[in-house]
Amino acid sequence: MNWLYNIVEKLRPQFEEGGKFHSLHSLFDGFDTFLFTPNTTSKRFGAQIHDATDSKRTMIIVVLALVPAMLFGMFNIGYQHFLATGEIVAGGLTAALFWKAFAFGLLALLPFIIVSYVVGLGIEFTVAQWKKEEIAEGFLVTGFIIPLIVPIDTPLWMVAIATAFAVIFAKEIFGGTGYNIFNVALVTRAFLFFAYPTKMSGDKVFVRTDGTWGWDNVQPLVDGFTGATPLGQMATAQEATVQLHDTVGGSLGFLDAMNGLYPGSVGETCVWAILLGACLLLLTGVASWKTMLSIFVGGGLTAFLFNISGIDNAVANTPWYMHLVLGGFAFGAVFMATDPVTSARTECGKWIYGFLIGVMAITIRVLNPGYPEGMMLAILLMNAFAPLIDWCVVQANINKRMKRATVKQ
Amino acid sequence: MKLSDKTREVLLGPLNANNPVVVQVLGICSALAVTVQLKPALVMGIAVTIIVAMSNVIISLLRNTIPMRIRIIVQLVVVAALVTLVSEVLKAFAYDVAMQLSVYIGLIITNCILMGRLEAFAMSNNVGDSLLDGLGNGLGYAIILIIVAFFRELLGSGTLMGFQVVPQWCFEHGYVNNGMMMMPAMALILVGCIIWVHRSINKEEKK
Repeated sequence: MNWLYNIVEKLRPQFEEGGKFHSLHSLFDGFDTFLFTPNTTSKRFGAQIHDATDSKRTMIIVVLALVPAMLFGMFNIGYQHFLATGEIVAGGLTAALFWKAFAFGLLALLPFIIVSYVVGLGIEFTVAQWKKEEIAEGFLVTGFIIPLIVPIDTPLWMVAIATAFAVIFAKEIFGGTGYNIFNVALVTRAFLFFAYPTKMSGDKVFVRTDGTWGWDNVQPLVDGFTGATPLGQMATAQEATVQLHDTVGGSLGFLDAMNGLYPGSVGETCVWAILLGACLLLLTGVASWKTMLSIFVGGGLTAFLFNISGIDNAVANTPWYMHLVLGGFAFGAVFMATDPVTSARTECGKWIYGFLIGVMAITIRVLNPGYPEGMMLAILLMNAFAPLIDWCVVQANINKRMKRATVKQ
Repeated sequence: MKLSDKTREVLLGPLNANNPVVVQVLGICSALAVTVQLKPALVMGIAVTIIVAMSNVIISLLRNTIPMRIRIIVQLVVVAALVTLVSEVLKAFAYDVAMQLSVYIGLIITNCILMGRLEAFAMSNNVGDSLLDGLGNGLGYAIILIIVAFFRELLGSGTLMGFQVVPQWCFEHGYVNNGMMMMPAMALILVGCIIWVHRSINKEEKK
């Protein structure tokens, strides 16, 4: 890496005060600290806590944890597409077809990643330059999550508008990275969901039936094709119980739901890939196991209560363990709810925060047929309440200690 | 006609530096409720302007005879009478807009701008100034409504005053109206943006 370091050092004077490209110094600074260590480190005198991880390292770990879900999502995009066109029949997957499906998914997903990063980082860099601040690294993770939580058929200009909206109104207005109340990636999705509902729900958007980059553009779809997600099937079912099925009509059980070969937002379908990411996050201590666990407990318990409640619709009757592996529940629990900025910070608060997310998500799924997936709204809602939860926990602690005090105030 | 400094301040101040909506943050509720389309917003703006100006004049005329202890009731009666009048006129001559505005015409009576101007200005100023103050505040309110409604109708429905503005070929090439613009939440964000722009322009004046 020495040659790169030399180039950066040689360019440095150009970007400093009085240099030719001073107006772009925040861009330079951003790349410099991204590639190498920051120049400003803690002082050598006094008591200091040193830690190898700064927020850039933390962000990189989250991005790494997201990679399995993304890779699987790419394959699944292609797999669903070729199932729809009949090129792959269920169970007949060969190595050649696997790589073809993966390549198709890669080409389909790549524009989303590029658009999300270009728009988001563009705004971040502009704002940093304007406010004469250093570039914050907060968008690294957000920009990576956004492509994974939208349907693959979302038009790119919508993704661009939604990303811009979320970065400006959910983050920069509050003061930038680390000050936002709501999870920026989820605000992006919520904006898309409310602004362009026809492109974000229903059974037409979760499987790419057109080609990508002109590849495989016009194809007759196979008989019996349906692009409905399992949650969509539940929400629209007329009967009291529903047999979930995948794209070409095969039945969808618990293990199939874990394996994730069914239509859905790009990164959310395969629970194994998400678990892999969760392991990395927990081993490195980036995410809190309390939040994750309590979400699953809250969701499972609520779904179980609905199972035995006697409410007679398909969503309420779906077994509780299915609720935890379908749709965005696992993805949201692992990657979105544990966002350290927007979640509760007190240890006891994390239990309450996570538990209520689980409860809200399943409640929305069951009781509101307009929202087949409740995870997004549940997390956003609890984001708003996280500071209140923290405040209550701290107050309770103060009261407990005051009672113990022997000297009265 | 050359306006004196005070008249200018009374009439034009509320349009910008002392705007009732973006500076005093009054009358927000109706600004969110009636701005989905430009036409109702325009009608609402005119209605409020007329009512504020008229009630300002009437209260200013009565200001020396109203006992202080019951002045709020007197003000309410005057405003209520005017609101009813405007509501009936709208129903008679612009029925469809009156239906679109539904309860919000009647709710003008609860608009904080009205009581605010009556208490703060009309009770202690002469008739001519009160009229100008009412007109200025009404127009200041209307101008914000029109700006918000312009963006909401343009981006949310692709139309302006009911005429299609976004050309058809845009829709054929995949453009979709923004449903978020139809929601009150987005109106609040738009008002916030107007306040943002307004504050950054008027930063020097404040100091």
